[in-house]
Amino acid sequence: MIHHPMKSGGVSHRSVIHMRHGRFALALSAALLLATVAADARPLKWARSGDSLTLDPHAQNEGPTHALAHHFYEPLIHRDFQGKEVAALAVSWKITDDPAIWEFKLRPNVKFHNGNAFDADDVVFSLDRARQPTSDMKGAITSIESVTKVDPLTVLIKTRGPNPLLPNTLTDIFIMDKEWSETNKVQKPQDFKNKEENFAVRNANGTGAFQLVSREPDVKTVMKRNDSYWGIGQFPMQITELTYIPIKADATRLAALLSGEVDFVQDVPVQDIERLRGQQNLRVNVGPENRSIFFGMDVASADLKTDNVEGKNPFADKRVRQAMNMALNRQAIQRVAMRGQSLPAGMIAPSFVNGWSKELDAFPAGDVNAARKLLADAGYPNGFSITLHCPNDRYVNDEAICQAAVGMWGQIGVKVNLVSQSKSIHFPLIQKVPPETEFYMLGWGVPTFDSEYVFSFLYHSRADKYGSWNATRYANADADKMIESLSSEVDKAKRDATIAKLWTLFKEEVIYLPVHHQTLAYGMKSGFDIPVDVANQPKMKYVSFKTN
Amino acid sequence: MVSQSGNEAGGPAGTGWLARAWDSDVGYSFRTSPVAIGAAFVSGLIILATVFANVITPQNPFDAATLNLMDGFTPPGEAGAGSGMTFGLGADSQGRDVYSAILYGTRVSLLIGFASTVFSLVFGVTLGLVAGYVGGRIEALIMRIADIQLSFPAILVALLVFGVARGLMPPSLHEQMTFAVMTIAIGLSNWAQYARTVRASTMVEKRKEYVDAARVIGLRPFPVMIRHVLPNVAGPVLVIATINLALAILEEATLSFLGVGMPPTQPSLGTLIRIGQQFLFSGEWWILLFPSLALVILALAINLFGDWLRDALNPKLR
Repeated sequence: MIHHPMKSGGVSHRSVIHMRHGRFALALSAALLLATVAADARPLKWARSGDSLTLDPHAQNEGPTHALAHHFYEPLIHRDFQGKEVAALAVSWKITDDPAIWEFKLRPNVKFHNGNAFDADDVVFSLDRARQPTSDMKGAITSIESVTKVDPLTVLIKTRGPNPLLPNTLTDIFIMDKEWSETNKVQKPQDFKNKEENFAVRNANGTGAFQLVSREPDVKTVMKRNDSYWGIGQFPMQITELTYIPIKADATRLAALLSGEVDFVQDVPVQDIERLRGQQNLRVNVGPENRSIFFGMDVASADLKTDNVEGKNPFADKRVRQAMNMALNRQAIQRVAMRGQSLPAGMIAPSFVNGWSKELDAFPAGDVNAARKLLADAGYPNGFSITLHCPNDRYVNDEAICQAAVGMWGQIGVKVNLVSQSKSIHFPLIQKVPPETEFYMLGWGVPTFDSEYVFSFLYHSRADKYGSWNATRYANADADKMIESLSSEVDKAKRDATIAKLWTLFKEEVIYLPVHHQTLAYGMKSGFDIPVDVANQPKMKYVSFKTN
Repeated sequence: MVSQSGNEAGGPAGTGWLARAWDSDVGYSFRTSPVAIGAAFVSGLIILATVFANVITPQNPFDAATLNLMDGFTPPGEAGAGSGMTFGLGADSQGRDVYSAILYGTRVSLLIGFASTVFSLVFGVTLGLVAGYVGGRIEALIMRIADIQLSFPAILVALLVFGVARGLMPPSLHEQMTFAVMTIAIGLSNWAQYARTVRASTMVEKRKEYVDAARVIGLRPFPVMIRHVLPNVAGPVLVIATINLALAILEEATLSFLGVGMPPTQPSLGTLIRIGQQFLFSGEWWILLFPSLALVILALAINLFGDWLRDALNPKLR
């Protein structure tokens, strides 16, 4: 394609401006417009299966929510497509003479979308906000003890003991405007799981490369380029208007791409990858994501509500968990449900993550007879029944995986009632205190590329800043102590040994049933080449158009 | 004419009953209408097939334990990679035999269709009788509610009822109660037509001499409504019920297609179509095509039968 068809949005916008100058000017500039607008006014329509849950940047630690938030808000440090750390609102950072204090130099001349200047007060405010009880990000920055302003462009972060990995934990902690937050009374993050609403849920005022124009949850979010962005000149920034459209049904989302209604689909259904590859005007990029999919069980309650066993919790017996683990035929799930687009897993951390090892990632082969025997040994020769909660618009083929797993557990006599629903209903079941699910599917990405993040959220007992996504009720005081020690351990070898010890313990205890590491497929018009982002948070400021 | 056929339906059953029906005007109309015979035959066949589904299908698609995931996406007529069994109409993404799933799914669809039709019939006829017979404020209230409801598409009302019921119930009950909730949701979305028709007929009937006679001998309003008026307004109700059955089945399919109906582990026809729709572009056409065909044939057969019944019971058309 040599000439891109004119995009009506950009043209009419300009036309309106010129109209004010009179008809003559409009006529004169028409030819000019055709040339200039076609070169720089570029809309991009971006479709994905589910919407961001909230615009409040600290209310939900969830992939699609962050993926959208990264366009309005910025952290001190973010990651590019390859997962490499890049300076965002901080320009440099270093450990001071006190090993428990980090110094961050902030980027000068940065403005929020409303025109307010960005400075150290905003950083102090935002990092404090992200550590409030209603924040879902508090688990990511448990090591921070206090944040203090030195001068308008310098901030000190004091950690509980030395934490050499602090910068890794800041990549999803967004910076808000203190003044705006106070004016709109959003000093506290939205309490998402209790369905609270605040001004920041539907409005955004960050420093990011895009400004919010309008938002209709679950319908579309329209953004325009922030023309006073600090990174102009450093990033391609070619997209002038960005529209984010959640399209839940696989076929509809694909049809939207095939018909040209959208330009970029972030989650091409696995069954359609081959078909898209055959299309001349489309491109598919496939790559591994930094995310593992698994099932969690209530391993500690005295009795389960949704099972048919009276007065006992079958999952409390390790043999039952081992049987459930063995019954999962991960290879079949990979081959049929995922059409080869996944890496079967034995641990909740893909190979990018510090702490991963081949031995830990090994998984038992699907063995029905051995699983049945284990169940019988545990006192359930005829199995039992239980309810499984599953999202149907979050992970690649999530519902199909759950259905397949239900069949596999059925073969060893465990009758699983499947409840699959939208992630906005599913996730609160896990996050509520106490959790409202006893058996659930979840996927976990590791933005810090370190196992500590997985442990703090998924394995540490649910207390204060820890374990907010741990609905297994698993609580092991020794393990908790080891997890807490990770954030202040400076000796890398010692720290890695602790991580290995923890993984071995958790694998031995079968706290979760890992299924696979997710693989992603991005589909787009061939005019773009958006690489798969390992965190699945493509940042559109990096996207450029091919000129051919 | 209407009252005559109504009397027949309520008449004593015996050896002569079937013969009399066969010889009646309606029977004659049936005998001479190939469309009616065809529609009745197809509907009857489908109902029989779904009743005996567990005998004539190779697999119980509702029992996840009998499925073999490795059979997934087996094309029609080929043997599955996992179990080696031959799938006449192919297998879906979970290794479910599409043929078995259609029969079991049609059973669910028909059951919900019948149950919700009976529900809306009883509900609507009762309210219509009361409105027509009692009159006054009660009538105004009932009929205005019906008017309001008729101004919304039935599917919206069903969605609303479904959503409210879900919200009120504890989540643990959702799964078991889906069938009942669907029945009530669809039933509640369709009662207004019955109520309107029955009210109109009742207002005509209640001025007739036999109703006066019944009142004169001292019967209370309730027995008069049930034993004297009802049989004489039943004809049109039967027609509405037949056509509504087809509509209720489609409504159930729509709800399930939207993902608020039967769960994927116990698929109705609508759920099967929803599952198949994901594979529209990837070449596995059989997962979508066969359940859709089954739904079209079922709805068409019942609709044609209802159409014929309406014509046969309408004296003005003869």
